[in-house]
Amino acid sequence: MPTATPARRTLHTPPVPASPFPYHPGSLLSIADLTVDDVGRLLARATELEQMDPLQRDRILLKRRIALLFYEASTRTRTSFELAAKALGADTTLVSNLSSSIEKGESLKDTGLTLRALGAEAIVLRHNSSGAPWLLEASTRLPVLNAGDGMHEHPTQALLDLRTILAHFDPATRSVVAGPSSDPGCPRSLAFGDLGKHEPGADAVNATTLAGLTLTIAGDILHSRVARSNMLLLPRLGARVLLCGPPPLLPEVAATPQRHGPVAGGPGIEILRDFDSALAQSQAVMMLRIQAERLAGLQLDLDEYKAAYQLTGQRLAAHAPRALVLHPGPIIRGMEITAGVADGPQSAILEQVTHGLAIRMAVMERALLQSAENPDANAQNTEPLP
Amino acid sequence: MTPLALLNGHLLDPAAGVDAPKDLLLQDGRVAEIASPGKLKHANGASAPIETLDASGLIVAPGLIDLHVHLREPGQAYKETIATGTAAAAAGGFTAICAMPNTTPVNDSPEITRWMQSPDRGARVRVFPIAAATRASKGEALNDYAALKAAGAVAVTDDGRPILKDSIMRESLAAAARAGLAVIQHAEDTRLTQGASMNLGPVSFRLGLRGMPPEAESQLVDRDIRLVSELRETHPQLSPHLHVAHLSTSAALAAVRQARRNGLRVTCEVAPHHFLLTEEHVGLYNTHAKMNPPLRSEQDRDALIEGILSGVVDSIATDHAPHAQHEKEVEFELAPNGITGLETALGLALRWLHAEWKLPLGRVLSLLSAQPAALLNLKGRGTLTLGSYADVVVFDPKSEWTFHASASRSKAKNTPFDGWPMQGAVRWTIAEGRVAFASNS
Repeated sequence: MPTATPARRTLHTPPVPASPFPYHPGSLLSIADLTVDDVGRLLARATELEQMDPLQRDRILLKRRIALLFYEASTRTRTSFELAAKALGADTTLVSNLSSSIEKGESLKDTGLTLRALGAEAIVLRHNSSGAPWLLEASTRLPVLNAGDGMHEHPTQALLDLRTILAHFDPATRSVVAGPSSDPGCPRSLAFGDLGKHEPGADAVNATTLAGLTLTIAGDILHSRVARSNMLLLPRLGARVLLCGPPPLLPEVAATPQRHGPVAGGPGIEILRDFDSALAQSQAVMMLRIQAERLAGLQLDLDEYKAAYQLTGQRLAAHAPRALVLHPGPIIRGMEITAGVADGPQSAILEQVTHGLAIRMAVMERALLQSAENPDANAQNTEPLP
Repeated sequence: MTPLALLNGHLLDPAAGVDAPKDLLLQDGRVAEIASPGKLKHANGASAPIETLDASGLIVAPGLIDLHVHLREPGQAYKETIATGTAAAAAGGFTAICAMPNTTPVNDSPEITRWMQSPDRGARVRVFPIAAATRASKGEALNDYAALKAAGAVAVTDDGRPILKDSIMRESLAAAARAGLAVIQHAEDTRLTQGASMNLGPVSFRLGLRGMPPEAESQLVDRDIRLVSELRETHPQLSPHLHVAHLSTSAALAAVRQARRNGLRVTCEVAPHHFLLTEEHVGLYNTHAKMNPPLRSEQDRDALIEGILSGVVDSIATDHAPHAQHEKEVEFELAPNGITGLETALGLALRWLHAEWKLPLGRVLSLLSAQPAALLNLKGRGTLTLGSYADVVVFDPKSEWTFHASASRSKAKNTPFDGWPMQGAVRWTIAEGRVAFASNS
């Protein structure tokens, strides 16, 4: 019984249902949940909060309760969220998988419900499983801040990377200026307000803010949530992103345009396997660590890898002598980056860490005050108490 | 048992080539009489009491047969029991279902095979156990297929734990051929799918999930076809039958098509979720879209539809895989594979294969009854001729309804089709002459 086969293009098939996430307007699960305007507001607010008198700032979230739920080891992100919460006056509690009932087999859902019953008003989640923040939000309906989920996303890292880039980006010449001062050799001060040449977030960001900027992300992109979040953010502001790495760590699909991927119209994302030529085109380069804990049996010749992709002083001088060097950390000196480059004048690695504080203040304030839509809420809360 | 007369319905029996208004008399679990409306001799002349069902405006068809069901008993009754699983089957129009052996313990013995068929299990419809191909499904030592068949097993498989060793698969195909059984293979080269939880591709990259490459399926299908082909050459007296379970990729489908052209006995089944959904339905980590094989690309899904329409696909099977709610409410990578399917298969097949893609009703029903019966040689099933089993589904092919997981007869509610529109509401399911399901309407 032969039947005429309908042409594929006319084959009507069931639609993909729309996502119900995020449930809570204060949540930050994926960087793609933020509009460019949202990003602009967060950047502007980060700068305001950073510059605010600490004794006023700590009334914004005074005695509000934020739980930090960490299923993975973390230095930067955990401390950054914690200090940022405390800078706004919030109480924080840290629950880690190694010193809690998670060890006894308590599920993520039950852990979240327990934290909510204890009065947590928002949960910052770091989890080794991609997608865990969506489960936590669906279970608790609390604002959830994704502090890194598996190989998937790390939205606050992308925001702080953007803030770091903007601090060095000269909109007049459309170029990035590495180094914080005219004397690039001087020791770096890490005080607020002393980062880069420009005040990030002072101007609103839009779809062309980073037009003309080319950024290379190099290394273990397959396993990197930092890469994914940056790939979803930077092209929306006009940046061109070059991905660089060996095929086992950078599959071709990484640059496949996707239905739910980066917004069309930007210069987008390209793969360039040759690190030197990628560097030569870039004003900024973001190095990524090889995530040994996620390699899952993948065999890699490290000497070969270093020869092709290690960021050395020589390579930097030859191909990108003015580029800004970024790294989300932790850095493995002598592997993806040499000590000389990490400590060198083009490095903004520690600035990134500091920018993280301001960004996380802004996203935690948004989580608890949902201030993105209601700027007045901030004004009221920053009034000195009688 | 009181004889049962099904009156005024439209009999659609593709295997017998019947598509006409007929009355049926069911007696002692068999079809006792088929006649034009109002012409049943027995009903007209008999003095003995007789029960009648009025099937006016409804289709009367052979009861559906599902080759791929996980009933979870023995050992995992918290997910499903044979009683609840067969109740769901009856509600979905199925009168016979084949139970996979990945129970606890694994069904690798005549004892468990018989236990599953015992009347004590409270089955509403016929359960045909499919026994494990190897001891404890470890892929090392073959079971005694003749003994398993004598106990009621209708095929062998290590479903979920595919047989990777060439030598064992070759022995299994040969031994099964001698016993007159098919070897059903869950085709997955598990060496290529370590730690993976969805299809490999742009979506898995975006979601940061490890992916299963389509080749993990197609390469094992290729290997199995090669083994069948080699066996035919070395042992011309044998006719090994390889049945590919829940086929999900375009490449594997092409391999099956080619094997059949080469005269090999290679058959396959496709699950409704694989011909309807794609990897995009994983959405943001919906564990009700996690199964193995995973939802594939749009191109694979479209190839499966074409395979069904063109006749390469032999059967639709649900891979009904019930899980407790708490087991699916976890991180995507940690969630168990599988979804329920018994109550949605007919509604989806009619809504999409028939109404949307214009596959004739008889062919849809054949994929769900006559063809699966023929694949596993279930004698007297899949057709409604005189003397065959009184396995009947009576449904309204035009009626539209919405499936609600909360109303499911299965213990489990893990389905991506909750709230979906369906077509073709089941009015009665009659299994071996007994009404196993009757809708409220």
